[in-house]
Amino acid sequence: MKSSYIKHVAERQLRNKTSFSQSVSNSLTMAYRGLLKIRRTPEQLFDVTLQPIIFTLMFTYIFGGAISGNVQNYLPVIIPGILVQTVITTSIVTGVQLREDMDKGVFDRFKSLPIARIAPLAGALLADTIRYTIAAVLTFTMGYIMGYRPDGGLGHVAIAALLVIVCSWAISWIFAFFGVIARTASSVQGISMIVLFPLTFLSNAFVPAETLPEWLQWFVKINPISHLVTAVRDLTNSGTVGWDLSLSLIGAAIIVAIFAPITVRAYMRRT
Amino acid sequence: MSNVNRREANPNNGDWAVEARGLVKTFGDNRAVDGVNLNVRAGTIYGVLGPNGAGKTTTIRMLATLLRPDAGSARIFGHDVVKESQIVRQLIGVTGQYASVDESLSATENLVIFSRLLGLGRAEARRKAADLLEEFSLTEAAKRPLKNFSGGMRRRLDLAASLIAQPPLIFLDEPTTGLDPRTRNQMWDTIRRLVKTGSTVLLTTQYLQEADELADRIAVIDHGRVVAEGTVNELKASVGTSSLQLSIQNPMDIQVARQTVEQVLKVQSTVSSEVGKITAPMADADRVTDLLIALRDAGIQLAELSVQKPTLDEVFLTITGHGVKEDASKASDESDKVREVIV
Ligand SMILES: Nc1ncnc2c1ncn2[C@@H]1O[C@H](COP(=O)(O)OP(=O)(O)OP(=O)(O)O)[C@@H](O)[C@H]1O
Ligand SMILES: [Mg+2]
Repeated sequence: MKSSYIKHVAERQLRNKTSFSQSVSNSLTMAYRGLLKIRRTPEQLFDVTLQPIIFTLMFTYIFGGAISGNVQNYLPVIIPGILVQTVITTSIVTGVQLREDMDKGVFDRFKSLPIARIAPLAGALLADTIRYTIAAVLTFTMGYIMGYRPDGGLGHVAIAALLVIVCSWAISWIFAFFGVIARTASSVQGISMIVLFPLTFLSNAFVPAETLPEWLQWFVKINPISHLVTAVRDLTNSGTVGWDLSLSLIGAAIIVAIFAPITVRAYMRRT
Repeated sequence: MSNVNRREANPNNGDWAVEARGLVKTFGDNRAVDGVNLNVRAGTIYGVLGPNGAGKTTTIRMLATLLRPDAGSARIFGHDVVKESQIVRQLIGVTGQYASVDESLSATENLVIFSRLLGLGRAEARRKAADLLEEFSLTEAAKRPLKNFSGGMRRRLDLAASLIAQPPLIFLDEPTTGLDPRTRNQMWDTIRRLVKTGSTVLLTTQYLQEADELADRIAVIDHGRVVAEGTVNELKASVGTSSLQLSIQNPMDIQVARQTVEQVLKVQSTVSSEVGKITAPMADADRVTDLLIALRDAGIQLAELSVQKPTLDEVFLTITGHGVKEDASKASDESDKVREVIV
């Protein structure tokens, strides 16, 4: 029994704190686990692959004529909108899967290992950025196929995608929080949809805010999603960086600043 | 019985792997663990024996830092499970009652991830995984997803995962429940080998036989309390090596019958809830002849008589004075009442 030879208490260096570098390394391992899981069960990527394709097609052809006169003119409006909408919707999965994962036996093992407490959480959130990337790439690809040629150029498109991914990651902390406190995975899905639906639709993602009634305009204009959409439009369509981009990043930072600690706290209490 | 219950007073030397004092865990108004004391000496196998819902898993989870005790304290190799939980985690391996491995990944992937989390390098982690898989005869199945694993394979993988860090203390929660006899024997061998290499094992089981085979000391736990503690021999002595079950035809004779049994066997007997059924521990099966003669002399007619190896049920019956399945709250009052009426 060579490999289970015991290392005695006296031979060990025991520390009651986990260092920062260990936390990072543990989180990366957990993220690697997340990627392995995606590779093992690719069917869980259905939503991130299908949603950008279907939504891009549907919204463009349904609203294109009505809003912008024709499809070609609508593409620069709708593609950034759909990008933001799909990538952010994808972040709901983080919470749902976190809940499912936490109910599984393997989480007990993670809890019994001398690893950074936050690693399973951070790893899950990190692994999910791969979904956002897939959704972002697919949305732009669909747009390109339909004739979208962003004036900002490829570099700015990439920056825009990165911006949306960062913001979605920030927002996924909200859903991770629901995931940690909810009892079942389906309730996480339910709560998250209720929060996200009004936010994405009551924004300028699909229609210009000016066409809306005044009381709605008020909400649409303060809605952080609108600022994100505008920032993406600025980047992709003109290659400019404006106040909206800063606002989006500040918003993302605020969300993380609020939700990361309470999620971690709730998570620690639960575990 | 009372001498079995007594444990050594708080020893102050450093070779205790587990010292638990008055552990309590309540779920709602259910006191799942209700003041458990445990002392496990390093380098031994310690068995926690108890029926469903006794609080075995809850106790282990508190000792393994998975649950925070509501009251009481526990130390692992001298380190407090609450205040020094991260140190404790460096000293233990936990194999829970339900498989704690990742279903959607392969055996190798599972072990590699756990190894990486424990700080092993990439190559080192691969080597460790391969070694452990070989040791637990899982090499062939290494690449298959766990969904297709049998219960025994899963259990072995689970144990392998607990040994990556070579922990000096290993918790095994019902390591053999649901295994066929051959696999169970293999598991027993593995556990024995572990202890030979210097490890300490705390295992739970529902089977007296398993505790008998493996454990140096046993704690019997019921309704969240340790109802008996001692070496296997001490416990057995309290129950008798076999147990006698006796039913008589005429319930009116029960007192005389019971007295006869106690006189001949020189032990305490219990009357179980079924009318006219007497249970008594028996050190020597030969005494049954004497008993039968004595009963005939007393003119008591038997309905049924059997001599059995003590079961967990008997251990309970003898130690707690109530059966395994009886209700928690009523049990103690009832057994007192029975004694009052009969004695
Ligand atoms: N998470 C929980 N929430 C509520 N009640 C719980 C929880 N875990 C355990 N219990 C209750 O605590 C009691 C003890 O449970 P525990 O799992 O410790 O028993 P056990 O001895 O391990 O039983 P088994 O042999 O069935 O595994 C039971 O009544 C159980 O219903
Ligand atoms: Mg249990």
